Amino acid sequence: MIAPIKQRLGLSTPLTLGQREALQGFIYISPWIIGFLVFTVGPMIASAYLSLTDYNIVTPPRFSGLSNYEYMFGDKLFWKSIENTLYYTVIFVPFAIAGSLALAMLLNQQIAGRVALRTLYFLPSVTPVVAAAFLWLWIFQPQIGLMNAIISALGLGNGPLWLGHPGSSKPALIIISLWGALGGNTMLIFLAALQGIPKELFESADIDGAGSVGKFRYITVPSISPVILFNTVLGVIGALQMFTLAYVASSGRQQQFSPGGPLNSTLFYVLHLYNSAFDFWEMGYASALAWVFFVIVLAITGFQLWTSRRWVYYEGEDS
Amino acid sequence: MLSDLLPAWRVKRIIRYLLLYAVAYGLTIIFALPFLWAVSSSLKPVNELFLWPPQLIPKTWRFENYIEIWHVAPLARFFVNTVFVTVFSVSGRILSAALVAYGFARFRFPYRNFLFLLLLSTLMLPYQVTIIPTFLLFKAFGWLDTYNPLIIPNWFGGGAFAIFLFRQFFLTIPKDLDEAAKIDGANTFWIFIRIILPLSKPVVITMVVIGFLESWNDFFGPLIYLNTPEKYTLSLGLANFQRVVSAGGQATEHLLMAASMVMTLPSILVFILLQRYYIQGVVISSGSK
Repeated sequence: MIAPIKQRLGLSTPLTLGQREALQGFIYISPWIIGFLVFTVGPMIASAYLSLTDYNIVTPPRFSGLSNYEYMFGDKLFWKSIENTLYYTVIFVPFAIAGSLALAMLLNQQIAGRVALRTLYFLPSVTPVVAAAFLWLWIFQPQIGLMNAIISALGLGNGPLWLGHPGSSKPALIIISLWGALGGNTMLIFLAALQGIPKELFESADIDGAGSVGKFRYITVPSISPVILFNTVLGVIGALQMFTLAYVASSGRQQQFSPGGPLNSTLFYVLHLYNSAFDFWEMGYASALAWVFFVIVLAITGFQLWTSRRWVYYEGEDS
Repeated sequence: MLSDLLPAWRVKRIIRYLLLYAVAYGLTIIFALPFLWAVSSSLKPVNELFLWPPQLIPKTWRFENYIEIWHVAPLARFFVNTVFVTVFSVSGRILSAALVAYGFARFRFPYRNFLFLLLLSTLMLPYQVTIIPTFLLFKAFGWLDTYNPLIIPNWFGGGAFAIFLFRQFFLTIPKDLDEAAKIDGANTFWIFIRIILPLSKPVVITMVVIGFLESWNDFFGPLIYLNTPEKYTLSLGLANFQRVVSAGGQATEHLLMAASMVMTLPSILVFILLQRYYIQGVVISSGSK
């Protein structure tokens, strides 16, 4: 295969071994290079351009300068979606990280049936989000649902309307997400990290008379700090992308409305982007929303990595 | 007397263990309750759905609900569609990711490290950033309302995560094996097919599980690309269940719960059967091993 190409290129000298190897390497990675150009680089450039246009899909895009970005600053739904997304992220991620770590520490003890417990804890996270949303919509049913039955059985009166009221809709979604996340990948990663802490560290701490709080604070947390960072960064990126659960939970009943209700209380950033693009067909504006989202995610991730230097310890490094 | 038999430190230890077991096993109730409640509701007749206080055990067991769901909605159709999309997505991801990873793991070429870093950086790129032009591209191809947008991108590298996983594994395979085959006159593709891939069964299975769960559970892709109800996947069909089912104003929660459990069961089975491989993959991805 290589010989005819060489002839056509007019190469008189045969390829050196190194050149041959490089050529083969490029051929093997070419599916990714093509995919990267067609599905990532191209679309990113295209959406940067589209964000500067008015485009409703029917008529060709019309250049409109920065007007989409100007419109965004005055768009009440944009600010509402930012508020909702930050609310969700700021509450969900700390609970998810702390809860997963607590579960991992529990499973790191000598308990009979650990493997079975780990599997059981994990099952919610393999449950399709759409199915999980319906399971929980039914539990959160205000009049006859299981959750409010438990609340009234405990003598706490009538429970909230959950997904039917803007004051309780986000907490309900956070509860559903936590159910799906606590025993999932985050916990598995913590568990593997905990098992990797050298036992001698704890033994010498025992000799020094350290209590369990001290051991957690001064051995466990520093030892697994790179993994805490990893889980937090991925957790935040995932939380900012909240979509399916909110979409199904808010449109499952009254499908004639745009999802994000009640009263836009579950209109998360990506939901607003989705509505703009695929409900109102404002492709230019939605592209601007996409780029702003990219910048937000990049900034938040960058900030976390930057501040992590203060608290993350890597092995073989002086602390 | 008693304090002789049970010194304080022993009592403390026993209490600690009792607490540990109570918490560890008590938590399973919280994780399992939504499933139990869904299964219980899915086996009730309509009138029992609205009993107050709610009953976990149905008075009349109505197993027919699990037969009815296949009639009131084209669930079998959704099932076949989902299997189709999942099989071709996962196979594409595995084949192309393995090829690309082989290139990164076994060949030296200019900018290799830079390209690999670029690949890893796409892990942090939210897919929403590129979704609109990608949608327009597929529209231009005439691919809307087909499965192509859900399947074909998977055949171009299969995503950074899959490539990373395969590459990490290939690096652990001794190069002597390649060299020996090379001396026997084998070309690099033959080495890939006959030596590297057969040794990589564990990662292939890991990617089967991860790829299956992602494709099976995917909602966003089908939502924006599929319009015709007959083409819906399970997640999309389930999301529109109440619209699809003509119950004449009657409650359909028992059927909805049954359909939700039918969609969930394959995910749970695949995970339980292959969890060893799945967990390995997740742990490698975090770099803690």
